Amino acid sequence: MAAMFQLDHVSHHYGEGDEGKVALSDINLSISPGEFVAVIGHNGSGKSTLAKHLNALLLPTTGTVLVKGMDTRDSDHLWAIRQTAGMVFQNPDNQMVATAVEEDVAFGPENLGVPTAEIRQRVEAALKIVDMWEFRAAAPHLLSGGQKQRVAIAGVLAMQPEALILDEPTAMLDPSGRREVMDTVVRLNREEGITVVHITHFMEEAVLASRVVVMNDGQVVLDGIPEEVFSHVRKLRSLGLDVPQVTELAQRLSEHEVSLPSGILTVERMVAEICQLKSKM
Amino acid sequence: MLKDITLGQYVPGNSLLHRLDPRTKIIGAMIYIISLFLLKSLVGYAAITIFTLALVLLSALPWSYVLRGIRPVFYIVLFTLVLNFFLTPGETVWQLGPLKVTDEGIRLGIFMGWRLLLLVLSTSLLTLTSSPIALTDGIEYLLRPFKKIGVPAHELAMMMTIALRFIPTLLEETDKIMKAQMARGADFETGNIVKRARGMIPLLVPLFVSAFRRADELATAMEARCYRGGEGRTRLKELHFAGRDFMALAVSTILLVLSVVDRIVS
Repeated sequence: MAAMFQLDHVSHHYGEGDEGKVALSDINLSISPGEFVAVIGHNGSGKSTLAKHLNALLLPTTGTVLVKGMDTRDSDHLWAIRQTAGMVFQNPDNQMVATAVEEDVAFGPENLGVPTAEIRQRVEAALKIVDMWEFRAAAPHLLSGGQKQRVAIAGVLAMQPEALILDEPTAMLDPSGRREVMDTVVRLNREEGITVVHITHFMEEAVLASRVVVMNDGQVVLDGIPEEVFSHVRKLRSLGLDVPQVTELAQRLSEHEVSLPSGILTVERMVAEICQLKSKM
Repeated sequence: MLKDITLGQYVPGNSLLHRLDPRTKIIGAMIYIISLFLLKSLVGYAAITIFTLALVLLSALPWSYVLRGIRPVFYIVLFTLVLNFFLTPGETVWQLGPLKVTDEGIRLGIFMGWRLLLLVLSTSLLTLTSSPIALTDGIEYLLRPFKKIGVPAHELAMMMTIALRFIPTLLEETDKIMKAQMARGADFETGNIVKRARGMIPLLVPLFVSAFRRADELATAMEARCYRGGEGRTRLKELHFAGRDFMALAVSTILLVLSVVDRIVS
């Protein structure tokens, strides 16, 4: 099966010539259809720049980015790429165009020239998936942050993409808004089979993914399933990243001769492991 | 609360006037204005006044709303009356020093003032019964034929839509910045006009900076959603003329014809 995203030796420099700031250097990454990839890294690690390469908002300075085999440099494929890989941004207010929810969701398909009758169906389907159908006539500024982001996701879904790129969609939300958005994203990945690339600095969100990519200084430093990546507690700490609280607890316990497996990510798992230890005693 | 502001003067409703296609209403309003300025006879004025009042009744709007629209032009009407009373040449009816009121002036003044009142009344009927977004759509459709001579119909409509979308957002932001600056001792309420204007600087600078950042992010988000101008774009809500629209346009045409006749006869 062809990769959804294929990055070969991708580097990106902001600014002119050699003096420009290096945002990405020599990234090699392949993401398959249906994957749920979380990209983590501290501010300035290049994770947002990476996200913008996946739908040709930015072009690599050197190297190639292929989206379903389409080169992002090829301007003939520009709109096909952006329709395939939809993007949701950080600030929910600055990505809504229209004065009513349904009009905003329709914006993408309208741009694609989809016939009116089909736009209606798509808008209805997209709003129902994110559970915002009852708010279809509401004005965006009256919605909560989490609701706005779900509308933004619906706006992307209405373009019928195969992949969803989320650039820190929860950074400006309160905890309940974050949960709403993450529930929606996880559901889209599991039930609709949409490939998700989720940029975040919340470790609890990264844990939900099937694969975690850790970035630092424009490079990929760790890449693997969450259990594996989060077992590198020291390394993550040295990169200025948090690890989930239970993971850290497990790590500390192991250092004190409590034999727990590495990469415990959830409280449930921790409870199970400790109960097992107890029964052995 | 700033969040609750309504955009434009739109009063939602389900009257015949509300249900008309925005294009019909815009064209109708234009024909009405032309007719208003064609009319000359007293009978003509009486007829169009009755017609206008009938429109207000048709809109099912509370009179208070409709009359509120007239209030701002009260002084302009008064000004028109006075100017016409004194400055129109004709037979003197009444004299005060060098100022002469002429019979021709009284006639002209009342007609002009009445015209202005009707003009404002009818156009506020248009904005009271159509949502800003419907008006924007209507304007876009009506400007389409002028695209060939370089009128950016779609761009204008898109700009208006985005402006409408961001008015509440920016108002909220203004409120937030004001509170933040007040918390740090800024004073927006006291002092003379110059002092107050200067006091606005710490409000306007952050507001502008943020508005530009928003514009930049919005442009990126629009591009990510495949926006590439009006070419080949479809719409969620297509405008459709219904039977009532043809009726309304027929009535407008009759109005225009009658006014032309009135002009020629008198």
